[in-house]
Amino acid sequence: MTEKKIRVLIAKPGLDGHDRGAKVVARALRDDGMEVIYTGLRQTPEMIAEAALQEDVDVVGLSILSGAHNALVPQVIANLRANGQTDVVVFLGGIIPQDDIQYLLDHGVFKVYGPGTDTREICKDIRETVKTKA
Amino acid sequence: MTSALINSLRKGNRLALSRVLSQVENGTEAGLTALEELFIETGTAHKIGITGPPGSGKSTLVNALTRELRRREPEKKVAIIAVDPSSPFTGGAILGDRVRMPDLQDDKQIFIRSMASRGALGGLAEQTEALSQVFDAAGYGFILIETVGAGQSEVDVVNLAHTTIVVDAPGMGDDIQSIKAGILEIADILVVNKADRPGADQSVSYLKNMVEMGYARSITNGKHHLENFHEKTVAATPSADWIPPVLKTVASEYQGITELTDAILKHAAHLRQSGQWHAKDQAAIRTNINHQLIAGLLKDFHQNVPVELVDSVVEKAQKREISPNAAVRDLLAYNRNNTLESSE
Repeated sequence: MTEKKIRVLIAKPGLDGHDRGAKVVARALRDDGMEVIYTGLRQTPEMIAEAALQEDVDVVGLSILSGAHNALVPQVIANLRANGQTDVVVFLGGIIPQDDIQYLLDHGVFKVYGPGTDTREICKDIRETVKTKA
Repeated sequence: MTSALINSLRKGNRLALSRVLSQVENGTEAGLTALEELFIETGTAHKIGITGPPGSGKSTLVNALTRELRRREPEKKVAIIAVDPSSPFTGGAILGDRVRMPDLQDDKQIFIRSMASRGALGGLAEQTEALSQVFDAAGYGFILIETVGAGQSEVDVVNLAHTTIVVDAPGMGDDIQSIKAGILEIADILVVNKADRPGADQSVSYLKNMVEMGYARSITNGKHHLENFHEKTVAATPSADWIPPVLKTVASEYQGITELTDAILKHAAHLRQSGQWHAKDQAAIRTNINHQLIAGLLKDFHQNVPVELVDSVVEKAQKREISPNAAVRDLLAYNRNNTLESSE
């Protein structure tokens, strides 16, 4: 009848207009049995945190191709935490230079997935992380 | 834990509200406790159902309508429950209605919650009504319920909403489509959205004709049937004294939204004056109790009747020794008397 589903928000912060990657991931998570909320393009960090709050998601997935990740991602996470969503897992995909990854992990990102990632790996990671938090 | 959460929901904490909604949606013990506590605080919200075929523009209409409702009645908070289908194969879902509601994100008096249908077939999810009760108790004056893209018979929303809006787009069907039974009948307000496209006037005229035919019929019937509401008919019959208006909108351009809002507020006033607000509320509660009763009885049945017995009658029916009808009679007899002896 009813059961606990993993809820994921997939969002694109900032100004780049390419969301194919975000949609591919959304579809893969859907096919893995998760409920995926997609918010569309050009979201501010505040908008993303607000949507995550209203939807009470377990996971937020961000996709950024513009190069603004070091500025935007910590803001998203700070907004989530400020709203009281301290346990939401945040992962990141897109074009993220190797040198920036440690900085992002230090700022609360759970994992960074580059181009060519097997979507099954993302699904598996999410299931394992969310399970240990439950 | 639960009572702390409920208290902070009452104080207007939106994270608490969101967490209670999840508990209720998942049918947890905490969710059930919350519903029991909160139900007595419900009954003030105006629930507005928005249904119609996929791609007719329901979400975009909700976006425009919500802005207008906030402008007209700024003291009322607006909640939106947007239902999208779950995959029948994986149970997963893409909930994409928020994409069409970009104008609602800066207003903290608006709360959008997406819901997957989780296998329910009537256009809503099983817990949609329960979620609307939580919003009602949390002081949301308007609750907009957007169904999954509906075909012809996804009509559950009519039992939940005070005002049901059926959204159509030009070119979706001819005059025969419009007199078929089902979704068009449940409308309190009919909207032809995307009215800047060819064929809009044609659609409006089909729908107006349908409304007029229906109106003539209900006059000859002489009365509405809310009193006779029966579990066999899915919904209470619409009344003869409200003629559903047929309106044109272009939701993406905010055209026709003022008129639509006027019609919604007029319908609410009509319901209150005619006593139908009360009758609809009663019908909704009766449906709710019936649903829970069916679920409860089925659960009792499965606790009472061993699964082997169910398997054995299925097998007998498969061998064509008995009919499914007789199998059910036997099972019910067992459930009553704890023996297979039926009265035959």
